[in-house]
Order: sequence, then structure tokens, then C-alpha cells
Amino acid sequence: MRVFVGVKRAVDYAAKVRIQADKKAVDISNVKMAINPFCEIAVEEAVRLKEKKVAEEVVAVSIGPKQAQEVIRQALAMGADRGIHVTTDMRVDQELQPLAVAKIMAALTGEHDPSAWLLGKQAIDDDSNQVAQMLAGLLDWPQATFASEVEVSEDKKSATVTREIDGGLQTIEVPLPAVISADLRLNEPRYATLPNIMKAKKKKIDTVDAASLGVDLAGQIEVLEVSEPATREAGSKVEDVDALLAKLKADGLL
Amino acid sequence: MLARASATATRGLASARFASTLIIAEPGAGVASPGTLSAVTAAKAIGGSVDVFIAGKDAAADAEALAKVDGVARVFKADNEALANGIAEDMTAAILACQEANKYSHIMTPASNYGKNFLPRVAAKLDMAQVSDVMAIEGEDTFLRPMYAGNAIARVKATGAVKIMTVRATGFDKASPEGGSAAVEDAPAFESAGKSAFKSEEMVKSDRPELESASVVVSGGRGIKSEENFELMFKLADKLDAAVGASRAAVDAGFCSNDMQVGQTGKIVAPDLYIAVGISGAIQHLAGMKDSKTIVCINKDEEAPIFGVSDYGLVADLFKAVPELTEKLPARS
Repeated sequence: MRVFVGVKRAVDYAAKVRIQADKKAVDISNVKMAINPFCEIAVEEAVRLKEKKVAEEVVAVSIGPKQAQEVIRQALAMGADRGIHVTTDMRVDQELQPLAVAKIMAALTGEHDPSAWLLGKQAIDDDSNQVAQMLAGLLDWPQATFASEVEVSEDKKSATVTREIDGGLQTIEVPLPAVISADLRLNEPRYATLPNIMKAKKKKIDTVDAASLGVDLAGQIEVLEVSEPATREAGSKVEDVDALLAKLKADGLL
Repeated sequence: MLARASATATRGLASARFASTLIIAEPGAGVASPGTLSAVTAAKAIGGSVDVFIAGKDAAADAEALAKVDGVARVFKADNEALANGIAEDMTAAILACQEANKYSHIMTPASNYGKNFLPRVAAKLDMAQVSDVMAIEGEDTFLRPMYAGNAIARVKATGAVKIMTVRATGFDKASPEGGSAAVEDAPAFESAGKSAFKSEEMVKSDRPELESASVVVSGGRGIKSEENFELMFKLADKLDAAVGASRAAVDAGFCSNDMQVGQTGKIVAPDLYIAVGISGAIQHLAGMKDSKTIVCINKDEEAPIFGVSDYGLVADLFKAVPELTEKLPARS
């Protein structure tokens, strides 16, 4: 089977973000960018499916400006076979919205016929947690979101997926093709080794112009303003447990 | 109906009389879930009528409880086998049938894993955008939502014909579970997609309050060092009648189960009192708890970022301070 993996270039999870002076967006001009952590987990899972001989081909797909190629290269260095870069100059944290991303992915699906899409459960920039579910809806495929374990059946016609739900875990069986979204616990992504990074440079990345896919890219969510969250007033340090208890009692919390 | 329309007009939302909201309730085992009660408050802020859809194995009992919630007009119950486990394909079909019959202007659900699973699918089927994790409502199409782990708050305007959103429970007071007298009806029929099949579930059993609605939360991090030591947190929690949370580091290290994770990718909490023990205070963790009313931290590293958001910080070895605190706390009656 062929597995498609979505990878998004987002701000590095440890980067501190600032709001642009015009309050229209977050300033990402000089911020360290990286592969979205959940996408990394999705790539790892796809590569493991290949190593288990379940998947024959793993294709990494990213949508965004030319720098999106960096995260495709990273996926290739982790073991993906080839990449597809869907080019757009829209800001992927607020202009290019989940519904449009899902439509682009659905258009690619029609052309390339994958048996599964593996995606991260959410991007840590827009924090939407929507694309996998929307893609599954558009394709009318079953979905298995927030996966912490994925087991493809021997005949490759279905997958048994354990999902992180409120209060515990749920196991469902989804017929393939399906969309699966990765939760943090699914796996521990590997580091790309230098030889693999070198090899990844020879792997092919096809480029597709987003506008050529016949998809409505206009978002239905207009960002009016982006602002700083309310800051907390600095508190105080207490000497010992007794002092802490006294403070909590004085505040009526005990 | 008239009374409701005039009430919303006085709130200044001129076009709100055209609004009608469908809330997809979380299963509540016979009670209206705290997240659902918050969603009712959010729906009231939009104005117009408020209907509730409830599915699941306790749908009948849940529907009775939801019918009593103040401000709810109608409750649609779907005690359908296919919906008992929240399978997204079937939930989507059922919600679309309800939308088809009633043409709501707004569809919302609490932003828990239950609703996050199916609502974007519903949105895609309607060719509408979804606004995730709405924390405040400024009008029937204008909402506040967090981005970048809560480090940026976006004021957004949804331009689609149907506004679809998940709402952050901690952003809205809970509606009163009493005082309403909604009509309970069977949800419109739908055809099961018959795609995914439920196999099993493994729920974490706990007598403690639910994390997202507890008034006191004690949370442990990497500093706890082991699963055995996490018992310290449970003992402290029992004394405070608190829920127990954890940082991602504690979950990754296997000290506790993943559904206890507080943060950007876990649960969002805003209790009256949040006690962070052995937690450094990474951005991702702060995203899940920095709206707590009072934050206390116990950490031996006085440079830890958690001190920057804590009302009271104790620089101490948690293995000494936590047992002492537990010992000295007055027993809750």
C-alpha cells in the first residue's frame, strides 16, 4: 500500500512568538521554524509501516512557501520515499485554512490513490485540530483520530487503531483507505542520520502549484486582530510549607 | 420564543433573533456534562434559540438532564447503537440529519476529544470552516480563539453561512442545570455509514473529580521521577478533593496516564487552585493552566519558568514539601 503523510512547517515548539506591530498576525520573520511535532510522529509511523513491509511507498506532502521543502527533506531523511510540495504564498498559520488544506489533500488523493493518509492531530501554530477529520469527510473515508497505536491487518484491508479519548483509550477498526491522525504517544520519532540526510537530497520532490488544483483556497475565517494574552501579575515566593498554608488560608482557598 | 428574542435584542446583537444554535452535548452518564453547560452559556451569548443533540448509551437519561438546563429549548436524543461510541462517521451523519431538518446558524460542541473528533468532519461536509477552541464570543460571527499554545489570541470573524465551533469550557461559566423545561424529541433518522467498528475501550477509573471541571488540580511533572512517587500527588489530591494532572514530561516518562496531560495538546483547565509540583513550566504546559485563579508551584529550581506565573512559589525539594503539605492540610469535610 501507498501511504501519504502530511508535514507542516511551523514555528519550532520551543520558540517564543511575538505579535506583529500591526496586530494582524504573529511575527514569524525571524523565528526558528521546524517540522510540526505531530507531523514528525506521523512520518515516523509511516516509515515504520514501510519497515514492517506493510507500506510499499511513503510520500511526504507539504503545502506552503518554498521553505516547506525543508520539512519534506526532513521526512525524506527519516525514510519517506518521495515528496510532493504544493506551493502557495499564503501564510499557513492563518490564511491557508484547514478546509482548504483538506481540499488540496483530497485533490492529491484522487490523482495518486493512496491507501491511507497519516497526519498529525494538530499543528502547533494555529492549534486547529481539523485537517484529518475534514479530509476524511471530503473523501468519505473512515477516520481514526488521536491515534496512539496503529496495526494494519495482514490483508491490508483494515487497520486497528487505539485512540486517546476523554478518560482513557478506545480501540476501533477502520477499513482502508482511511485517514489516521497521530497523537503524541504513537511513537518516538527517529533522528535523521547524516548519511540519510545526504541520501534524502537525491530523492525526488514534485512541485504542484496549489492554484492549479481547482480548489477554492479562500478562507472563511477572517483574522481581525491578533493580540497578546493577558499576563499574570508576578506572585511571591514563600519561605516554607507553613507560609504557603497561611497564604492559601488567607485567600480562602482551604 | 418572543421573550427570548427580546432578551437578546437588549443585549445589543441586532441580528441575533435569526440565530439558532445546535449544541452537540458530551455524554454525561445521566447528567449534563460540565463542558456542555459551558457550551449552553456560549450559545446564549450568541443569542437566539438553543437546541441540544445528545447521543450515546445513556442518551435517554442524559436528555432528561439536559432538558432541565436553563436556556435550552429542545433536546434531540439519539440512543442509537451506532452512536454509542462516538464513531465520527456516524456522529457526522446524525448531526447532518439534524442540521438538514432545522437549518441552524451555529453548531457547537465542547472542545474535548469527543467533539474534536467529529465536528471538523461535519464542517467539511457542509463546506464550512470550523473555529476551534473559542474562548470568548463577541457577536454572532466574531470570536476569540488562542493560537500558538495560547501565546497569541486571535479575534476572528467567521464568514460562512453556518458558524461551526468547538468551545473551550474554561472560557464560559456553566449554565444552571436547573430551571429549564425543554422538549425532548427523537433525533432525525440517519443512515449509518457502517465504516468504522468499535472494538473496545479502556477507561481510567478514578473516584477523584474530573480534571477539566475540578475546582482544585494538583499536577506533577518530570521532577516526580517515578510512577511510584506519583502516589505523593494522589495523596495530596485526596486531601484537597482535587483532580490530578500531569505535564507531558511526566506522561512520556510513564509516571501516569496520558489523559491526565494538561497543556496545549492535552486538557485545558482553569481551577480555583492549581498546584504544580516538579513542573518547570514549558510554554506547552502553561497553555493548559495559566487561566487558573491561583497558581502554586513547588520546585527546587528557583529559575524555573513556572515561578513566573505562580501566585505563590515554594523553592523546595518536593519529596519533603509535598508530604509535609499533605500532612498539614486540614481534612476536607
